[in-house]
Amino acid sequence: MSSEKKQHTVQTTGHAWDGDLQEFNNPLPNWWLWGFYATVVFAVIYWVLYPAFPIGNTYTKGAFNEITYTTADGKTKTSHWTTRALLMQEMQEARELQKPYLEKINKTGYEQIAGNKEQSSFAYSTAKVLFADNCAACHQAGGAGVIGMYPNLADDAWLWGGSYAQIEESIRKGRNGNMPGFKASLSAEQIDNVAEYVLGLSGIEVNKDKAAQGKAVFEGAGTCHVCHTKAGSGQFAMGSANLTDKVWTFANVPAAKTLAEKKTAVKEVVANGFGRHMPAWNGRLSDVEIKMLAFYVHQLSAGK
Amino acid sequence: MKHETIETNAGWLIALTLVVISIGGLVEIVPLYFIDSTVETVKVAGKDVVRPYTPLELRGRDIYQREGCYVCHSQMIRPFRDEALRYGHYSLAAESQFDHPFQWGSKRTGPDLARVGKKYSNQWHTQHLIAPRSVVPESIMPNYPWLMNKSLSYKDIGNRMRALKMVGVPYAETQAEYDANVKRYGKEVADQLDINKAEENLLAQAKNGNYDGDISSISEMDALVAYLQVLGTMVDFKQFEDGHFAEFR
Repeated sequence: MSSEKKQHTVQTTGHAWDGDLQEFNNPLPNWWLWGFYATVVFAVIYWVLYPAFPIGNTYTKGAFNEITYTTADGKTKTSHWTTRALLMQEMQEARELQKPYLEKINKTGYEQIAGNKEQSSFAYSTAKVLFADNCAACHQAGGAGVIGMYPNLADDAWLWGGSYAQIEESIRKGRNGNMPGFKASLSAEQIDNVAEYVLGLSGIEVNKDKAAQGKAVFEGAGTCHVCHTKAGSGQFAMGSANLTDKVWTFANVPAAKTLAEKKTAVKEVVANGFGRHMPAWNGRLSDVEIKMLAFYVHQLSAGK
Repeated sequence: MKHETIETNAGWLIALTLVVISIGGLVEIVPLYFIDSTVETVKVAGKDVVRPYTPLELRGRDIYQREGCYVCHSQMIRPFRDEALRYGHYSLAAESQFDHPFQWGSKRTGPDLARVGKKYSNQWHTQHLIAPRSVVPESIMPNYPWLMNKSLSYKDIGNRMRALKMVGVPYAETQAEYDANVKRYGKEVADQLDINKAEENLLAQAKNGNYDGDISSISEMDALVAYLQVLGTMVDFKQFEDGHFAEFR
């Protein structure tokens, strides 16, 4: 189309701005016009197939586009098209694909899972993701924890027990670790002596006389042995720490260089105590997910 | 009115353009107020389980907004499998019915928080808010250490609840409103929603909960952690059969 031809055949919109500014009233290009008609047709088809128009307190639900799904309880339901029903269908498909594996995990004991390559790799890789979503915020990505806050899951020391059943119980029900502070009931000297004794328990060289006095407080006025036992080895039933190993979950003894610094760290815990809380995962994760997580956590410490 | 009049008069053009554009919004939004299933019915044993926030949680929510948490965190789990696996059950409209303004969000820099309640310990939240990288090394969240030192101002809690009451949140001031809440939520919850006891309730919850681990004072941390710990916990989905809430759409 030449500009010369345009001037002869195309009408203007009829009004002029600033004296001589006019607009051509060109017809729309055909590709645009048919594109527009196509969107109108699309809209009509969409109105028929999908939920669209409100009518009073309800709405048109769409036709010829039903979604049938089976719930986790095994009930089959049919619904008009909705994203929630779509999710139910998607979850059902995933459930059916995983079912053979999960059923096997459900039926099999922990020891057998560990011995079966297919099952252990399925449980391990599934639980690795669960661990990252649910556990790593406290226990850190590799399970090493944060000293003074969250216990290390990758070492061989356990507060609440490291058997499969004990780990599963910890995950399922959560844990409340609590040690009272003793600054009100013990003198500064007594606390000092107890710290000396406790450090000696894990093989650190200490003053023998002070430690002996500390032992008397440990088993006497301090009542430390009630939770930590006379030998200082702790009890899984109440989550009391084993004081005879070289692992420290609260007082940062390994980071302290001198005996005095180590003692300050221990004294701080004896004087003030602490409370630690692990939430329960029972409502958040399914039984089989908890089982796979327990397996994974057990594996983190190489099964010890 | 002639077309030329509108085109040559800026005032008319603006006004009528606004009218035309708002029609698009109104036809999408207004019907939702009349459709029964927009906000799901969530009842257990005849009582509503989604309740307005307690005074302390409400102050926590105010701090959440003041600090701009919503800039990075959404509170809206969408009905997709990947979100269900990571965050839990999709969010219900009912769960944010008392949020003014809602915190759904459309961009996530941090994770969604719609079901963060009870997922971590109070201790973890406190530590994480003071210094996020001390517990999540890869985090890019800023530190909020002042929440721990700033004591919570709660003298105006009654007025804050009254303001929300004006937009339809069922906080109670009169005996009749209280009785209606008892009927709707049970006595325990109704007591928490009583504006006359707001300050007393706030102090009691902060003291019993001891959210920030420091019993000596009520800090802004107490309020914020109390709020975070209630997010997404009001509906116990085990009480409803799988797929129940799909039937509301």
